[in-house]
Amino acid sequence: MSIDTETARRVAKLARIKVEEDALPALAGEFNAILGFIEQLNEVDVDGVEPMTSVTPMRLKRRVDEVTDGGYQEKVLANAPDAREGFFAVPKVVE
Amino acid sequence: MMSELTKLTIAEARDRLRAGDVTATELTEACLAEIEKADALGAFVHKTPELALQQAAAADARIQGGAENPMCGIPLGIKDLFCTQGVPSQAASNILEGFKPEYESTVTTQLWQAGAIMLGKLNMDEFAMGSSNETSCYGNAVNPWRRGNEETALTPGGSSGGSASAVAADLCLAATGTDTGGSIRQPAAFTGITGLKPTYGRCSRWGIVAFASSLDQAGPMTKSVRDAAIMLRAMAGHDPKDSTSADIPVPDFEAAITGDIRGKTIGIPKEYRMEGMPAEIEKLWADGADMLRDAGAKIVDISLPHTKYALPTYYVIAPAEASSNLARYDGVRFGHRAKLAQGDGITEMYEKTRAEGFGAEVQRRVMVGTYVLSAGFYDAYYNRARKVRALIKRDFDEAFAGGVDAILTPATPSAAFGLGEMADADPVQMYLNDVFTVTVNLAGLPGISVPTGVDSSGLPLGLQLIGQPWEEGALLNVAQTLEDAAGFVAKPARWW
Repeated sequence: MSIDTETARRVAKLARIKVEEDALPALAGEFNAILGFIEQLNEVDVDGVEPMTSVTPMRLKRRVDEVTDGGYQEKVLANAPDAREGFFAVPKVVE
Repeated sequence: MMSELTKLTIAEARDRLRAGDVTATELTEACLAEIEKADALGAFVHKTPELALQQAAAADARIQGGAENPMCGIPLGIKDLFCTQGVPSQAASNILEGFKPEYESTVTTQLWQAGAIMLGKLNMDEFAMGSSNETSCYGNAVNPWRRGNEETALTPGGSSGGSASAVAADLCLAATGTDTGGSIRQPAAFTGITGLKPTYGRCSRWGIVAFASSLDQAGPMTKSVRDAAIMLRAMAGHDPKDSTSADIPVPDFEAAITGDIRGKTIGIPKEYRMEGMPAEIEKLWADGADMLRDAGAKIVDISLPHTKYALPTYYVIAPAEASSNLARYDGVRFGHRAKLAQGDGITEMYEKTRAEGFGAEVQRRVMVGTYVLSAGFYDAYYNRARKVRALIKRDFDEAFAGGVDAILTPATPSAAFGLGEMADADPVQMYLNDVFTVTVNLAGLPGISVPTGVDSSGLPLGLQLIGQPWEEGALLNVAQTLEDAAGFVAKPARWW
């Protein structure tokens, strides 16, 4: 599997990271080095092996679906780059 | 001598605090004075002297009132990955510049409840992604150790590089670290200190900036094995806010340290004898096995056949989880937001914010993770890695079922290397630093790095012991035996 500039551009887009056009070939090269390393996994016989979901066998706890905490609007907004009238403010989303 | 106080272990300080021989305020002032003189180490990146002195005064009052908690009055450094209320918590990333959490992580909450004192926040690799502390937005943390009389600045390791540097240089009595692929144990080995990664689920992850949630675990970085036992007890325990934290009792780990390992079986995994392993590391390892044998343990050869696939497995799973965890840094709720151009919409805001805020290694891992999770590749990469991970864990399960109590390996493939020395290497070269430690995260096991020797240029080297799940007490007991037998007492010569 070899990653070309076009794939690197697509991955950057999916990851929502702006990568300048002239940086794409180097990025593709780095991906190829890492993915080349990962390719070793194809040597392993994984027939009949269940993919690991939890490293320690444990049953996740359940609780009643009810509000247990909250009411911190000011704290939630305290670190926002742009908060107005009790909301997070962002550029226009819908045309 | 003020600076002598900062050299104390937690256990020694505890005894002297109780005896009324020293106060928490004196200990704290001594640490703050050392920190002020040590900016060249780049270890403390946010200092909190006022908070420390307030906490120290409170601890002194508690000790006078007969407080019994061994962590009461102990000054600590805290890795920047831990959210600490009202104190910058940036995970060494520009994307979290200015972020001051409105809440406190569970682990640090427990430490403060025990009476411990926060001296400040410690340098690290950005989002804990790195093995040399060179990806930090704050600049490098520097190893207090040097090669002989050379002045070359060496890495303290990573990602918990600031923690390792601060403890090794006696700026604090101990520090918190986190370990996703070796980030406690490798820096501990590079700086001649003790670093313990507990069993996955032993410490709550709540309030610790997430890197790879199925691998991340917090742990103590200390001057002795006993200190690791004391500090772990204060950090550990079930937390309803982390559903993966184990709801099982936290034992008195220190009480498990008896110094008696007669009849214990220690496994030596043949797959860890890597091609090209330096003779010094081989000797260190063989010497460690001899020390445990002399103490009455049985040394057996074991096989962990999937070891060579651990790093490639890790470099699928960790970036995949990171790409998901780091999706939250979008310029909306906290941290940095890029300045936008006329006509930029929300997509441009995300893309510019993340390009400006994340460093090169973080961007690379987020994108690798995005790729291995993307449609068409999910099965080939991510699911295959999860299957190999199951096999890696099964290797350990079988070794333990075969009667092995703990496993002895080198902690790192080399001593600390020079800052910048790996700059031209491809990313995979840097990843190889974690070759002995990463298996332990994939299998969720406890692992501890103990300094046992020095290389030909006088740099510390460590051995790793791997224990059975939830058996940190037994693991610490073996580690204590190694510490006692190795008698590692060397300290870096002060240059900072």
